[in-house]
Formats: sequence, C-alpha cells, structure tokens
Amino acid sequence: MGEKRSRSFYVLAAFFTAYVLFLYGPMFAIYILSFQGPDGGLTFPMNGVSLQWFSKVFSGTGIVDIGAAFKRSLKLGLVVMVLTVVLSVSAGLAFRKSFRGATFLFYVAIASLIMPSIITSLGIALEFRLLDDSIIKSGAEGWTTAMGLFTSGLGAHLTWTLPFGLLIMFAIFNRFDGRLEEAARDLGATPWQTFRHVVLPIILPSVVGIGLFGFTLSWDELARSSQTIGSVNTLPLELQGLTTTVTKPDIYALGTLTSAVSFLVIFLALVVILVLQARQRRHGSDAGKGMV
Amino acid sequence: MVEDRRSFVAWLQAAPMMLIFALFFLLPLLFVTIVSAWDYNEYEMIPAFSLRGYTDTFEGCIAELPGLCTILKTYLKTLKLCLLTWILTLLIGFTVAYFLAFHVRSKTWQIVLTLLCTIPFWTSNVIRMIAWIPLLGRNGLVNKGLQGVGLIQEPLEWLLFSEFSVVLALVHLFTFFMVVPIFNSMIRIDKRLIEAAYDAGATGWQTLVNIIIPLAKPGIVIGSIFVITIVMGDFVTIGVMGGQQIASAGKIIESRLNALQFPAAAANAVILLGITIVIISALTRIVDIRKEL
Repeated sequence: MGEKRSRSFYVLAAFFTAYVLFLYGPMFAIYILSFQGPDGGLTFPMNGVSLQWFSKVFSGTGIVDIGAAFKRSLKLGLVVMVLTVVLSVSAGLAFRKSFRGATFLFYVAIASLIMPSIITSLGIALEFRLLDDSIIKSGAEGWTTAMGLFTSGLGAHLTWTLPFGLLIMFAIFNRFDGRLEEAARDLGATPWQTFRHVVLPIILPSVVGIGLFGFTLSWDELARSSQTIGSVNTLPLELQGLTTTVTKPDIYALGTLTSAVSFLVIFLALVVILVLQARQRRHGSDAGKGMV
Repeated sequence: MVEDRRSFVAWLQAAPMMLIFALFFLLPLLFVTIVSAWDYNEYEMIPAFSLRGYTDTFEGCIAELPGLCTILKTYLKTLKLCLLTWILTLLIGFTVAYFLAFHVRSKTWQIVLTLLCTIPFWTSNVIRMIAWIPLLGRNGLVNKGLQGVGLIQEPLEWLLFSEFSVVLALVHLFTFFMVVPIFNSMIRIDKRLIEAAYDAGATGWQTLVNIIIPLAKPGIVIGSIFVITIVMGDFVTIGVMGGQQIASAGKIIESRLNALQFPAAAANAVILLGITIVIISALTRIVDIRKEL
C-alpha cells in the first residue's frame, strides 16, 4: 500500500484536523482560563497567572459545598462502574446461550439507551414519589423518602451505562472464538474454571473498557440525575447550577478539576488495557512455536 | 436436560440486568403513562382520572387558529433544532468516519485517531458547553477577533445564548454518536468492492454514492436515531447554551416538574415519547438494528 496519497486524502485530513480542533479547542480555552489572575474575568485575555481560582474552589468560599458534591459523584461513579461491569459481563455471557426473553432484554436495553433522558428521569422520580406516598399512608412513622443517591440516583445512572456495557459485550463476543471454551471443557474444566482461566483473561481488556464507560458516563451524568438524585447534588448538577450565577473564573477551575479526574481515569484505563494486551501477546499463543 | 440447564443458567446471568431495567426503566415508563392521566392541583397530584395534563398542554390550540399555540410552536422549534443538528452531525460525522475508515491505512493510527475522537465523549458535557463562553461571549475571542480585523464594529450578540450557540454545542457534543456507527459500518465494507468499482471506471464520487453510502446506511440510520432522540429530549444543552430562554420539548417537561405539576409533565413526556417512537420506527424501517452489532 505504498502508493501516493491522493489529493482527497489531504482535503479529508485537513477536515479531520479541523474537527479535532473543534472538539478540543474550546475545552483547552477554559483549562487555560482557569489559571486566570486574581483580577481576570471570564474571557481572554489572561490577566496574569494564578492558582487563586483553584484555591477558591478547594476552600469552598464563594461556591456551594463542592467538596461534598465531588465525593458524592466519585462514590456514585465507582459503584456504577462496578455494577456496570459485573451486570454487563454476566448478561453478555447469557446472550451467548439462548434464554427466554433474550430478544426482549436486548430491545429494552436499546430503548433505555435512546430514551430521552428527561422521560426516564421523570419516571423514576414519579415511581419513588408514589412509593413514598404509599409508605406514608401505610403509617410508617417519620418516613421521609426512599429517593437518594444510591437508590433512585444509582438506578437512573445504570439505565444509561448498562446499555453501553451490553453493547461492548456483544462486540467482544462477536469476535470470540468459541472453540477455546470447548477445548477447556474437553480438558475437564468446570464452567467456572472455563470462565475464570480462559474467557476472562481474553476479554479482560474490553472489560476494563466497560468500566471506563461506566465510571465516566456516571461521573458526567446530568439529565437523568436531574430529577432522581434527591435533596443533594452531584458535581455536574452543581456545575450546571453555577452556569447561571457565577461570573468569576472559579467555574473554569472547577471544570478543569472535573476534567482532570476524567482524564486521569481515561489514562489509567488505557494504560491498563495496553498492559493487558501486551501480556496477552507475550503469553497468549504458542502456536507455531513447535512442541515444548 | 443439559440444554434446559444451560438455558436456566443463562437466564440467571441475565436476570440482574433485567431486574435493573424493570425497576428503573420499564416500571417508571408505566408510571409516566398512568400519571399522565391523573388530576392535579397547585402542589400535588391527585390519583383520579383526568385528561387535564393533556388539555392544559394543548390549551388555546383551537382558539388561536390559524395562529400556532405555544406547544406547537415549541415542538416546531425543537424539530428545527433537531433537523439542523442532524444535518450537520451527519455531514461532519460521515466525513470524519470516511477519512478514518478509508484513508487512514495503519491499524494503529486508526485506533489512535478514533480514540482522539472518543476522549471528549468521556468528559463532562456541561464543561464542554461552558467552554464556548470565553469564545462566543460579548467580549469573547470571536468578537474580539472580528473587531480586531475591522469586520464588525459592535460585538455580535447572536453568538452566545442563541439558537446558533445551541446548535453549535449540540453538534460539538453529539457528532461522536454519528462517527462511531458510520465508521463501524464502513470498516466492514469489503475493500475489493471499491477496487472493483475503480477498475470498472467509476469516479470517486460514483463509488461514494453507489457503493459506500448504500453500504454505510445502517450506520447512518443508527447514528441518526441517537442524535435525533438526544436532541428531541434535550433540556440541558438548550438550557445552558440558550441562556434558559429557548423553549423545547424537553424544557417544557422540566418546567412542569419544577412547578410540581407531575401529571402535566407526564403528559408532555408521553407526547414526546410518541413523537420519538414515530421517528424511530420510520428510521428502523430502513434497517434492522440487531443485524448490525
């Protein structure tokens, strides 16, 4: 394939570069502006350089209790990540065999993925309201609400992350060689041993990918959280609230910090995936190496 | 017997996910439908049959004829934003996917560049919206730049908190949903088909129109479903980028909710859902999603 690049290649490459600039340019603008000097405003030019807006975020002055929202989002994100991985892998394995309701589950997952978020959010809010009403009517003393971060909020996030997890599992198993499992079975492995020692090591890099989706989608989730999180706010909700009130660059500092967490997680996940793949290449196959 | 057991195990493995969807997706949808036909007053919903949620929503629609009532105007506006975003994301997404699939030859570069397009998707949407403020605001980079070269005297007001900025942000956020499925369809196209077309004397344009676009159609349809459903129900982007001044189908639901008029919010959700289903079923006639995975 050493032929000369056509002119259309250069036109398209320029288009692609422009698209990437369009994607990243604005983000970098606020990362830079978050280091705005003490007298600087929301726009360029930079009026000196300082860390003052970051310290303002950390000390919590001027902005609502960001530290608490930060921790809440982090905890929720981690729980969503673990559940997304476990439930998606489990359901992914199920889809390799046939079971009653497989088609139904598939379509429900797709519907959950493309359902306008506000409808899902409203539905969950109504569900918990009705639940609370009926508990109060049945005479429970001092009952306030079942709605909360790890009940309605967690459920709302899962309706968004699980479809991604399931679709990634489909993509993995479409390329998976079923003969590997048969070989393990023939050699006398139990189903669990087959999964633990044959299937899991092979799919592990992609499973890390599911975790990455699970955490980042939850960490940034906004629309589905809006009605379902109860009396407290997650970080994206706080950020959205600030867009209408804040006139100082502390919102950029907060944005930079939030993105830093995202980038850190993405970076860690990619490193883990690369390490796992490299290990697979080293240990994976002894085909063609002769008898040992 | 063995088959039965295998199928039972599979069922158990799928059950937790099914349970989550049942509790947090199917049941809530059922409640939305039921509550949409309930009565309500200023501060609570009343479990008695009433179509007030719907009649309130369409208030004045007949009286104001031939003028358009608020709800129809809002839906027309939402459809307009949706159409603009769809066209732009499709054009940009198709071009980007085409470049990645056919012009990037090494597998490693393909992965690196695809990743480059994916990383922003893993970061916060709100931040990616806020990011436009220093660029498009009254004293933003664009206005400063245009004033600097003398193209305009006064700063352009329509750059931010306008339909322009809403569509720009929607395209910015959601083109990714077009790129991935279209790219996925394109890399499955047998390269020999394209060579055959060239050998038979087809121009690049003819190959694109007669081979690549028809074979990439499933990806185009799936991407379109994503973008259209997201924009139809969006209230966050339209809220933040429209300066909370632009009405949309999603924002009606949000404002009804803020007013604690749950049945009215639910009625609007049912209407939105109906319209979304009509659009999707029209699109899925063109392609069977399940075959594409």
